[in-house]
Amino acid sequence: MLSRTAASLYWIGRYMERAEFTTRLVEATIRLAALGGHAHVDRAWQSALRVVGAPPLDTGKEGYGARRYLALSPDNSASIKSCIILARDNARAARTALTREVWEAINRAWLMIEARTSPGGVQQTLNLVEELKAETRGFEGALARMLRSEGYWFMRLGSMIERGDATARLLDVKYYLLLPEGQEVGGKLDRDQWTTILDIVSAKTAYRHLYREGLKPWLVADMLVFRRELPRSLAWTAEQTVDQLGEFGSRSGRQGPADRLARQRLARLDELDVGTIFRGGLHQWLQAYVRENNALGDAIAGQFRFA
Amino acid sequence: MADGSAFDELWGTGRGRKARPGFEALARWLADTPAIELDRRQQAAESAFRSLGITFSVYGEEAAAERIIPFDIIPRIFSAAEWERLSSGLEQRVRAINLFIDDVYGARKILKDGIVPADIVLNNPQYCIPVAGARPPHGVYAHICGIDLVRTGADDFLVLEDNARTPSGVSYMIENRDAMLRLCPELFDIFPVRPVDSYPELLRETLYSVAPDRARQPVCVLLTPGHHNSAFYEHSFLADNMGIELVEGRDLEVDDDVVWMKTIDGRVRVDVIYRRVDDAFLDPLVFRPDSLLGVPGLMAAYLAGNVTLVNAPGTGIADDKAIYSYMPEIVRYYTGEDARLANVETWRCRDPKALRHTLANLDKLVVKLVDGSGGYGMLVGPTASKAEIEAFGAALKAEPDRYIAQPTLALSTVPIHTESGMAPRHVDFRPFVLTGADGVTIVPGGLTRVALRKGSLVVNSSQGGGTKDSFVLAAEPEAGA
Repeated sequence: MLSRTAASLYWIGRYMERAEFTTRLVEATIRLAALGGHAHVDRAWQSALRVVGAPPLDTGKEGYGARRYLALSPDNSASIKSCIILARDNARAARTALTREVWEAINRAWLMIEARTSPGGVQQTLNLVEELKAETRGFEGALARMLRSEGYWFMRLGSMIERGDATARLLDVKYYLLLPEGQEVGGKLDRDQWTTILDIVSAKTAYRHLYREGLKPWLVADMLVFRRELPRSLAWTAEQTVDQLGEFGSRSGRQGPADRLARQRLARLDELDVGTIFRGGLHQWLQAYVRENNALGDAIAGQFRFA
Repeated sequence: MADGSAFDELWGTGRGRKARPGFEALARWLADTPAIELDRRQQAAESAFRSLGITFSVYGEEAAAERIIPFDIIPRIFSAAEWERLSSGLEQRVRAINLFIDDVYGARKILKDGIVPADIVLNNPQYCIPVAGARPPHGVYAHICGIDLVRTGADDFLVLEDNARTPSGVSYMIENRDAMLRLCPELFDIFPVRPVDSYPELLRETLYSVAPDRARQPVCVLLTPGHHNSAFYEHSFLADNMGIELVEGRDLEVDDDVVWMKTIDGRVRVDVIYRRVDDAFLDPLVFRPDSLLGVPGLMAAYLAGNVTLVNAPGTGIADDKAIYSYMPEIVRYYTGEDARLANVETWRCRDPKALRHTLANLDKLVVKLVDGSGGYGMLVGPTASKAEIEAFGAALKAEPDRYIAQPTLALSTVPIHTESGMAPRHVDFRPFVLTGADGVTIVPGGLTRVALRKGSLVVNSSQGGGTKDSFVLAAEPEAGA
């Protein structure tokens, strides 16, 4: 496979994952914003903007400005629309490495969003979110039916690197914002915020299955970092990354720096627990994780010669 | 304009609405299939094309503008006898084209014999000096030709243009057939249609057959300018169906006159490049230095015989419109036979008499730039405004060498399905002719382009043309059947 094709596939995985994550972020934030007054609405959207690393902006009535920025703005290279445009661009370039089904799933998402410029009212944004969720499910379904070979592995690697990044940043921003000095942990607002996090990673029921206790921030953190049963946890994405890289290795008989980094990361996660992380500072730990995840992404690009 | 008098391929020249002999079954199918059903099928085809991304982009519009080419559901039909005549003419013409190219870059006998004036070859911007003297494997230069044909009567097929550089459109031949098989399966019970889906396989064999001698298991790739190119869908379609890599210039590098492609497992040596990049952009060291699409050193590798380029650089000398006017003589010179396919009568404006004739008849003629394509740089006299004619006349007088003129032809029409029922529209036809080590192969079919606007003669997709499937029949349908 051409190195350039590998790069395109990897980035299709990343952009589609990013589009899906931001879709869930918008949906959960709409729900969160609905729980309070005007000032609360603005706070909810500012926090969502922080999650994707966007600068603060005038969120406007019912968060219109933020909804537009996150979902459709061409000025935001990480908006859902921008991600889908970029994913399709890469899909066009790597067309011969995709199944017809995967191509059509991406192209359909693009046809759906390409001409949209305004998120409309809150209800219209929710409608858009529903459509987007259907499209990304279509993509994941098409991906799942692909032959397990390089094409599939590169897209999966891209998704896993992106997902690790998104989950870590979500946890970081929410944790850091939601436990301000002096505020009682477990208060009403707090609960809503943590529920929102679970919504974004679609894990509200999962939490109840895994933990028989009420909502506890450290348990939410435990779940999102360590529980391999949850497909959006850091441990799960780290394990998947090791597995996908292993597939290349078993085919070519060769391994590289990316394999080593991925295995070391997983081994370190295995030795940790949430108490240790909290004692050392969750924020610092997550920041380091995001950096390490980026380094792993670079190592993958280097190993397959598309850096 | 030509509507009233043009030859219709279904109804003939009579206005009696009686189908030509052998075409009754099509007329009956059209009568039996409700318009609403044709509508539905046409829309289903177009929506499938959109979802597959079978699009082209229009130059001069913003880069993001992607359109599908409108598709017409009513097939165009060639009888077995018509195809027999056409394909034998195409074979002869393409054989002559390759011999001509081999000659003008080699011994130049045709110039010495005074058949074609030396200056229009050697001073032609399409004459590629760097390849003179370098003979590609088996002396084949134009491996893929898309010969544009028009029809003016039951037995009158004329060559309008020989596309010997990087002709496109063959993916439409295959995708249109795919759509027809899905949407109008009953037609294939009525007509013994010859299949066209072997094209990618035949193309692959052609590419392998012209690999340099040293290559035991040759590696072939398709070189595309990239996914913003208007024909990118076709590039990916062909690479995919041939099972070869689709590469861009930046995926290749040349080392010691050997071409390599960069893969996830390291470098892989390349033997044959089916390039869909124009000569001018192939190699910035030899041609346009600003080209980012090509590969530095590619021409050196080609001249060293380490890689075969398909089509070879320099084939533009054979499809130049100034050379075109000499094609009947060229065919006779190399094959010893009269051309089986006629040319359209052509005035070369470089000749003062022809220029006077052209200037005096601008309102009746079609005037073309010798190096223009895609319907650009062209005057269609009968439909042009007075101002357009005046402006064009001035350009023509300034640089007569750059133009040829042809009569406005009464192009044949075929019925298309429109919102207000069936209507005749003008068509042309581009069959694809392959030449490999073992000679010429032609898939029974081609691209039919149709001018969707009433009366229009311009079929180019960039100017509002559409396409339809072209059936070539295996045997003569029984008269009256």
